[in-house]
Amino acid sequence: MKTKNAQPAAKRSLGRKKKDIETTPGLLRLSPEKAAFDVGKIRKDFPILSQKVHGKPLVYLDNAATTQKPVAVLQALDRYYRETNSNIHRGLHLLSEKATEAYEGSRLKVQKFLNAADPREILFTRGATEGVNLVAQAWGRQNVKAGDEVLVTHMEHHSNIVPWQMLCEEKGATLKVVPINDAGELLLDELQRLLSSRTRILAVTQVSNALGTVNPIAEIIKMAHAKGAKVLVDGAQAVPHLAVDVQQMDCDFYVFSGHKIYGPTGIGVLYGKYRLLEEMPPYQGGGDMIASVTFEKTLYKKPPHKFEAGTPHIAGVIGLGAALDYVSECGLGAIAAHEQDLLAYGTRKLLGIPGLNLVGTSVHKAGVLSFTLGEIHPHDIGTILDRQGVAIRAGHHCAQPVMERFRIPATARASLGLYNTRDEIDVLAKAIRKVLEVFG
Amino acid sequence: MSEFSDLYQDLILDHQKNPRNFGDLPGANHHADGFNPLCGDKISLDLKLSAQGLIEDVKFKGSGCAISKASASLMTVALKGKRTEDAEKMFHQFHDMVMGKEGVPAAELGKLKVFEGVRDYPARVKCASLAWHTLEAALHDHKDVVSTDDGVQP
Repeated sequence: MKTKNAQPAAKRSLGRKKKDIETTPGLLRLSPEKAAFDVGKIRKDFPILSQKVHGKPLVYLDNAATTQKPVAVLQALDRYYRETNSNIHRGLHLLSEKATEAYEGSRLKVQKFLNAADPREILFTRGATEGVNLVAQAWGRQNVKAGDEVLVTHMEHHSNIVPWQMLCEEKGATLKVVPINDAGELLLDELQRLLSSRTRILAVTQVSNALGTVNPIAEIIKMAHAKGAKVLVDGAQAVPHLAVDVQQMDCDFYVFSGHKIYGPTGIGVLYGKYRLLEEMPPYQGGGDMIASVTFEKTLYKKPPHKFEAGTPHIAGVIGLGAALDYVSECGLGAIAAHEQDLLAYGTRKLLGIPGLNLVGTSVHKAGVLSFTLGEIHPHDIGTILDRQGVAIRAGHHCAQPVMERFRIPATARASLGLYNTRDEIDVLAKAIRKVLEVFG
Repeated sequence: MSEFSDLYQDLILDHQKNPRNFGDLPGANHHADGFNPLCGDKISLDLKLSAQGLIEDVKFKGSGCAISKASASLMTVALKGKRTEDAEKMFHQFHDMVMGKEGVPAAELGKLKVFEGVRDYPARVKCASLAWHTLEAALHDHKDVVSTDDGVQP
């Protein structure tokens, strides 16, 4: 089965030129004036990076798992707890007003970051996982019925599989899976074939965490909408690497996690089209989501507050706002260009290592170098790299169906962030060669 | 390779490359499966126990990292001909050793002492102990797959 390629002009090497990135529709907003990207200066913003582990300078290449935090984020958290800590949306006192302003200010930052039409379309969650669960429970239970179908893809993270499986089990609906090819690209012909009038929703990742594949998301969404299906996009691995425009891609729901974009853990975002959010029942009941409560009847607030029951992770929201400010200042176009250069350089370097096999070789990739090394188990690779100061992830990356698709138990995965350098890729390559020495 | 020889000793590398007692065991009367969800290590263990509680034969199958494979291989070698209560004792001693407990008579473990270095690699303790947890399950005929991720103890 041939993959229909979303961007036919894209038969090119991984080292995409800036011009190519600019012409990729629906994915990237580049600000060419930000081309001067000073990685040395950026590294100084991340104090954690200057430490040694096992006596070696830390080379942090586990960014797809979580990213490090810049001083700006640490200071925002510290300042909130030192100076404005207070509960939001209720106090008549100054601190509460300040906290509310900072909290709602972050919502505006997220709106701008995703280019959403309305700040009321931005919901704060615990992370991407909770965002998917919220949609599967609140929207799904109302809209998915027995005999309906839910589509996911073979490259999804478990968090974009399991909530849908749970929903389908409960409702007697069927979960269907869009296959991928050997390069780790989605088979759009198969997607077309699987979409039907029974398809209620397609849950698809924008960037694969295990393979690095960048999906032609706008085209995918158009295909699903043509059949009347809604689309939830898992943007956890996309937002740190490419500019996202939810209006341009026209997704119905979009989720991401703060900690993968240089923000705190425990905070995430769900974007939803306002009309859909308005029709959805609440996800959880509690304080802050109600307009009025009596024992007979409770009236709910309108979105987004309808979906933010209880005292939220205020500090996390404020920290996330600071992280998005930081990323925006660096410029997502410049970050993308820098990381694409590293990806191309890393790909060349790694392919020069005997026995190394890259898993995930899509023409459109972001941030991930997933590999196997002969018969050596990725866990052993991870240990030997760690002792040389190189932090990577070894395992199934919460994407067991991907591992099964490639008939491997696990991969070693180096994943990139905006602070990584070519020198660090060199250290990685050298460390991998050391693995070969140990295992003779 | 000296900086890694505390963990990846020659004996371990030899057993992971050429695992002993690898395969099916016809006539086995005890069996258990073990799984390490963290890294996907899988082991399937067959035991043939005599009526007197002697481990007459033992074989394993599975896939995993060097540590888990070598540990399973060396375990099968150590178990053959042992009484089940001695096997249990070895399990506890081995577990204590890789957990870095003080005062473990590691010398009693013979070749298994080669895994002493694992204690300095906390992330790998589960790899080394998976086979032993699976043995424990096989001896007690536990039907559920043993998972190193279910408890707080590796």
